[in-house]
Amino acid sequence: MSLQASTLTKADAIIAQYPQKRSAALPLLHLVQADRGYITQEDMAWVAGKIDVTPMQVLEVVTFYPMFRQSPTGRRHVKVCRTLSCALRGSYALMESLEKSLNCPRGETSPDGDFTLEFVECIADCGCGPVVQVDHALFENVAPEKAGEFTQQLKASLKDANYGKQTPTPGTPEWNG
Amino acid sequence: MSAVERPLIYANLRKPGYTVDIDCYIKHGGYEALKKAVAMKPEEVCKEVEVSGLRGRGGAGFPTGMKWKFLDRKSGKPCYLVINADESEPGTYKDRQIIYKDPHQMLEGIAITAWAIQAKQTFIYIRGEFQHGAQILEDAIAEAKAKGFLGNNILGTGYSCDVIVHRGGGCYVCGEETGLIESLEGKRGYPRIKPPYFPAVLGLYNCPTIVNNAETMAQVKHVLAFGGAEFAKIGIPGDSGTHIWGVSGLVKRPGLYEIEAGKATFGQLLYDFCGGPLEGRTFKAIIPGGSSTKILKFGERFKGKLPNGQEFDWALEDIPLDSNSIAACGTGLGTGGTIVIDDSVEMIQALSNLNAFYAHETCGQCTPCREGSLWLSRVSKRITTGGGLESDVPLLLDIANQVAGRTICAHGEAVAWPVQSAVPKFKDEYLDSIRRRKNGEEVSSVKLI
Repeated sequence: MSLQASTLTKADAIIAQYPQKRSAALPLLHLVQADRGYITQEDMAWVAGKIDVTPMQVLEVVTFYPMFRQSPTGRRHVKVCRTLSCALRGSYALMESLEKSLNCPRGETSPDGDFTLEFVECIADCGCGPVVQVDHALFENVAPEKAGEFTQQLKASLKDANYGKQTPTPGTPEWNG
Repeated sequence: MSAVERPLIYANLRKPGYTVDIDCYIKHGGYEALKKAVAMKPEEVCKEVEVSGLRGRGGAGFPTGMKWKFLDRKSGKPCYLVINADESEPGTYKDRQIIYKDPHQMLEGIAITAWAIQAKQTFIYIRGEFQHGAQILEDAIAEAKAKGFLGNNILGTGYSCDVIVHRGGGCYVCGEETGLIESLEGKRGYPRIKPPYFPAVLGLYNCPTIVNNAETMAQVKHVLAFGGAEFAKIGIPGDSGTHIWGVSGLVKRPGLYEIEAGKATFGQLLYDFCGGPLEGRTFKAIIPGGSSTKILKFGERFKGKLPNGQEFDWALEDIPLDSNSIAACGTGLGTGGTIVIDDSVEMIQALSNLNAFYAHETCGQCTPCREGSLWLSRVSKRITTGGGLESDVPLLLDIANQVAGRTICAHGEAVAWPVQSAVPKFKDEYLDSIRRRKNGEEVSSVKLI
């Protein structure tokens, strides 16, 4: 088990919030994934032990919810909304462009491990399409013609030592994420 | 007559400099409605909501006061309040604004509702993708607890109610209230069969549970602020308050417009508020209230009778923005998430896009939905890649007809309705797409699938 000590202590506080332990399944899986980046079989066994269910009952939860992953992603996880409102505003053209500029086919991780690129279903920001969620941040109005500029921004973030560490301010992609 | 907005829910969050912290909310009159509510008996608060005529804002439009009345009080079990903030109906993005910009407005509504139904505990089920939104809510709850608006001994009444923020995992079907409850119990979000699992009787942990939409909570705050009878005067009889219209897709100014129920038309929404179609384009169709509502085509005539007996004969542009009028036109107000499609779009691609969504989101419990949604998606996709047959058009309808009404939850209808409503209206265009693609002729350059 190589989870951080803080993860282990947070777990008990989360479980205590619920009238029944099993309710903590999703929050604990989110907690593990935030720590490790994905969820291993060992993690599932640990969660199962915490909430008194079998590891299989945790696995069936992990495989049901699209947000849970059993393998690591690239350093930036790029999710482009595919559903109708964003598609009408060009999300397919944007995706084709990003596949080239990030050197990463949709659904895969780039060979250098920098990016995982995926299509996802509606992320509820339909008036600002196309929208792209990158890790903790949500980018709005990423029209296909902005793909180049957006790619530069993503690549620059790889060199940003403070990435994901700042307190978000209203109206920014980090706030909206 | 030109229509105007009447911001109620969005009144404060649109003000420059308005922030999410509790001091700002209190400065704008926040938590006064809660004080009013706790000075009343819980059943009096329920009565106010019933008198207000408020209908739930999650899509089904069920009267909120009536829902609360269904709570099983005789069982002796504790009752729970669950807030559905799993906003995931394509085209819908109204709750996001409340959560990210005015969380206390929702929390005040929650505190009022919890008091009214005497909930033992409240859970806010927020979609997993709203990561920072969940943090904003948790911070706001901590602030509200510190001031005695939530948590222990609310405003000195002796009544306590804790509020827990619970993140989902990216599943559309968890927006269905019984799927949400299963998910909240730590399981796969498989919707439960009704009867017997009506949440008000057998909900969370098999206890009586009220599941209300996030915006409904914000509306409840205003019901108490105005008083039920005054609130009922906003809008029209049978549909009170404001509706937030979230317009997306191909219009000049997509955005959120809060309009008194029944006080504007689709024409005013799309032309006056949204600025009309993009340059050089014309409108072709709208999906009025989230992707699961039936599509409306420009140029259609809508004739019939309203529940009050009034006869109507409308063009799409004339349809008033209230739930009864929209329902009478064969579709629904739903969540108010209007998706606009113009003449640049090849309709089979739009349908295929939605079919792919529902195929991705089916939970797989019921055979007609699991098989039907994937089959519909494959058939419509095949048309868009040039392999379509003329018989595919009636096939789409046939499949959809075998899904609707044959499933545990309304996902079956959500799968079927886009197809059932679009095929009769756009059949000729679909056949034209099949022919053009087979002959290698030019098709729309807008790619939707």
